[in-house]
Amino acid sequence: MSAALTRSTATPEALRAVGIVKRFGPLTALSGVSLQLGQGEILGILGDNGAGKSTLMKILTGFLPPTEGKLFVHGQEVALRSVDHARSLGIECVYQDLALANSLSVYHNLFLNREILYPGPLRILNNRAMRRQAEACLEQIGVHIPSVTLPVERLSGGQRQAIAVARAVNSKARVLLLDEPLAAMGAREAGLIIDLILRLKAAGDLSIIMIMHNYAQALEIADHIILMQRGQVTYENRAQSTSVEELMEIVRREYRAVRTT
Amino acid sequence: MNQSKPDRGQQYNEGGTGHRDNQRGDQGDAGQRDDQRGAGQPGNHQGRNQPGNHQGSNQRGGGATVIDAVLRWRELSILVVALILVAYFEAANTDFLLSEASLQNLSQFVAPAAIIACGEIMLMIGGEIDLSAGMVFALAPFVMHFAHQAGVPLIPAIALALIASALIGLCNGLITVALLVPSFITTLGTNFLLNGLTLTLSHGTPAEAPEDPVFGAIFGNWGYSEIIWAVVVVAVMHTVLRRTRWGLHTIAAGANPVGASEAGIRVNRLKVGNFMLAATLAGLTGVLESFRISSIDPQAGGNSIMFLAVAAGVIGGTPLAGGSGTILGGLIGAFVLGVLSDGFTLIGVNAFMFNIILGAAILAAMLFNIHVGRLRRLGAMR
Repeated sequence: MSAALTRSTATPEALRAVGIVKRFGPLTALSGVSLQLGQGEILGILGDNGAGKSTLMKILTGFLPPTEGKLFVHGQEVALRSVDHARSLGIECVYQDLALANSLSVYHNLFLNREILYPGPLRILNNRAMRRQAEACLEQIGVHIPSVTLPVERLSGGQRQAIAVARAVNSKARVLLLDEPLAAMGAREAGLIIDLILRLKAAGDLSIIMIMHNYAQALEIADHIILMQRGQVTYENRAQSTSVEELMEIVRREYRAVRTT
Repeated sequence: MNQSKPDRGQQYNEGGTGHRDNQRGDQGDAGQRDDQRGAGQPGNHQGRNQPGNHQGSNQRGGGATVIDAVLRWRELSILVVALILVAYFEAANTDFLLSEASLQNLSQFVAPAAIIACGEIMLMIGGEIDLSAGMVFALAPFVMHFAHQAGVPLIPAIALALIASALIGLCNGLITVALLVPSFITTLGTNFLLNGLTLTLSHGTPAEAPEDPVFGAIFGNWGYSEIIWAVVVVAVMHTVLRRTRWGLHTIAAGANPVGASEAGIRVNRLKVGNFMLAATLAGLTGVLESFRISSIDPQAGGNSIMFLAVAAGVIGGTPLAGGSGTILGGLIGAFVLGVLSDGFTLIGVNAFMFNIILGAAILAAMLFNIHVGRLRRLGAMR
């Protein structure tokens, strides 16, 4: 745990959590989690179901308040009041259920609740401007779909995930939280999303936290990984310095310990 | 269905890993297309290089274009049905459309159903329904009547009727979203409640509509004024649904309520607003009808007009499950119902037959909606 605090970073920090505790009544979901996300870095969070990943994510997006602990965004301590508050600080989350409206077009989804309107009290949609900007936005981050006017339900799972990520990026996110971005995806589709995430990272100003299940994919994408077990960070390292085998061994030890007690 | 696949295949290439990959995808698709068509045209899929031209109608065979259009514009299929019906009844009875009387008759059947359908469709897109619309329809003209009798001039009296309707919608909406009662139950309750209220206030007897020739004519007494109201309301509501933020958010909230909230859309406020809209339109229709027949009947409207409106929406292509819908379809749906009703009357078919046909039409429309939607998604998976 202290490793996260003492880790020397050449890059400025985008997000830092110190000693986050979350209790739900008698249940302790998180018992003192600390992590640090450098500017332009990708941090992968690994762990089993019930390890506290989702709770941590909800605290980072402002959806849940922590019971204890501190959060720093770009070096400033903040107490996130709501999802909107977190969003105003540039923290965007792409949830596993994607939050897309399937019957609406790609460009309407990209601009959902941030529509470009014609001036006036009637709030008439400026569809042409949204279409053009959506095309430019997708072009810029290298997402290729046949047309931004297609309803999202006509796209593949990978394309939908890409649209959801593009929406977060389009809203000027500086810290992107991705909840299982490669879940239920074939190798080819996952490859497209991995490419997209790496392109976003290469562009520089975006820092990304990903919750993942697949160790191999996490090590391929992330700069740092942390392993969470029973509400704690039990392992933390640079992705280059560890291996799937090492991570598996830690988890295996955990399973053995559970079974013998 | 097979015919439409080749045309749509071009969209399902995965993009994202650069040009090489795209090309590979295209060739794979071309191969598939050749198999399906028997005689392939491998060079014929440049569509993806023309961003604005999704499902462009160029380079298409006629049959596939029709299927494609039917799949995309749900209104089109029901419009075709409407035209076939008109042609049939016109052939069976030449007076069907070409006589003044029957045309007026038809428009007066279509108009109330179409106006109320606009409100119901907005609600149905959000997965809700207003069963009390027919009772608001009956109550609103009495509000106008009592206000007018108490000395309120006609226009403010009508405004009061509409405000009262909107307040009923507000109650429906608040009970549904704040107290978490399903709208089916909420409005089932207010349906009976309002019916009783109207009967009590009116002592169960009809009242005369306010006498004012010009006003009466504008508000429904002249033969075509009600259908003009209906067309204007449909045009406005169609624009609201397709071109405004309100409409877009209504669809988004219906398609994915959790996702819409996560995007910051105030889903509950939208729903309450649409309940108010639906009730106001129902009240307006009641006022128009009372001027048309120069009488305010406490038994007017009721469940039959409400169910006709819902049926018009469903037949027009709005699924009850929410997430999508079409106002224009609702107008065409109401037109189809009107044509059926008038047509059967004119060719002398038993009036009971109408309900059999209506029921079958609703079932057929629902089956079409569900299974065409499924086929579309299946097509998308490819």
